[in-house]
Amino acid sequence: MKFLALIAVVVTGALLISGTGDMPDWADPNSPASIHVSPRYIEKTVEETAVPNMVTSVLADYRGYDTLGETTVIFTAGIACILLLRRPRR
Amino acid sequence: MEFIIAKYNYWVYIVLMMVGFYAMMGKRNLAKKLVGMNIFQTSIILYFVSTAAKKGATIPIVEHGHGGAVHAIHAAQYVNPLPHVLMLTAIVVMVSTFGVALALIIMIYRRYNTLEEDEILELRK
Amino acid sequence: MIERFEDVIIQTVCRLLIPFIQLFGLYVIAHGHHSPGGGFQGGCILGASFILLCVAYDIKEAKRRMTEKINVIFCCLGVIIFSGIGAICLMLGGNYLNYSRLHHLLPVNPVDARSHGILGIEIGVGIAVMAVMVSIFLDLASRGEHEEGLK
Repeated sequence: MKFLALIAVVVTGALLISGTGDMPDWADPNSPASIHVSPRYIEKTVEETAVPNMVTSVLADYRGYDTLGETTVIFTAGIACILLLRRPRR
Repeated sequence: MEFIIAKYNYWVYIVLMMVGFYAMMGKRNLAKKLVGMNIFQTSIILYFVSTAAKKGATIPIVEHGHGGAVHAIHAAQYVNPLPHVLMLTAIVVMVSTFGVALALIIMIYRRYNTLEEDEILELRK
Repeated sequence: MIERFEDVIIQTVCRLLIPFIQLFGLYVIAHGHHSPGGGFQGGCILGASFILLCVAYDIKEAKRRMTEKINVIFCCLGVIIFSGIGAICLMLGGNYLNYSRLHHLLPVNPVDARSHGILGIEIGVGIAVMAVMVSIFLDLASRGEHEEGLK
């Protein structure tokens, strides 16, 4: 069983490493992730939101819905732990 | 040689991912499988943050003097902030999943009094 | 289970350090605009201060500071603050979570109103994360009983 798991892990790892041939180089300023929409966030953050920290302005203003969903996720996890584990006192 | 220097960050995170993958599949104890899942998720988060780097760029916070004019902002001077933001959400989801999974493990231990998966499968027959 | 060992050094140092840890957590939430930080990071630091109290003393000590009722109320209060600010923006005539409409309520221009809206929701997120971290830790550490300590 452990031998089969080892073979599966090595095959998957080899496939993934051979797949990195197509990925952009490390620290490339022209990678597709850095030229699509993030220059607009970087250049317009101070004039549109008056917040110098780009991460906070993207997290709470430009992508505020995702933060609302994430707060709901952690709230649901807390409620799920309460429902699973707490026993009423006799 | 160029190939190795340009892409070795992906290889490091793939090795970490495979360590977590082996722990999820090869171990028999349920708590060890959970730790493997946590390692897997951590490697994914680190991989995404590493794609945000830019050569010669600084942290994504605009410098400002007190009450002075803001100098021109070029996108190539600052690190890409978007993967950092998405990974904040991913870290919170990781913690939530881990908390609920540990609660489920406690319930399984209360019911079967063991945490090895082959003993649990025996007890269920 | 583990025998709890009463150690004077650990208990005294934790009792002296925990207010400063909480102050630092509030600092990280409040300075999310100008330095790395924000709601999630500050909430985790605040939650960690309660967990330190649990680890150094006993679960009963931590529950004396934050009772179960206040814990659940803070969980819900964080989400209510976040959604409430969005609903206020909706009632003032804009989209949901469009903070620039808050300039009808506060005496600032629309660009600064977005900055204040961001601060408001970071506070909500910080409160929610702190309460959920303490709640999950208390549930897992005492296996639901909440009666005895980490014994």
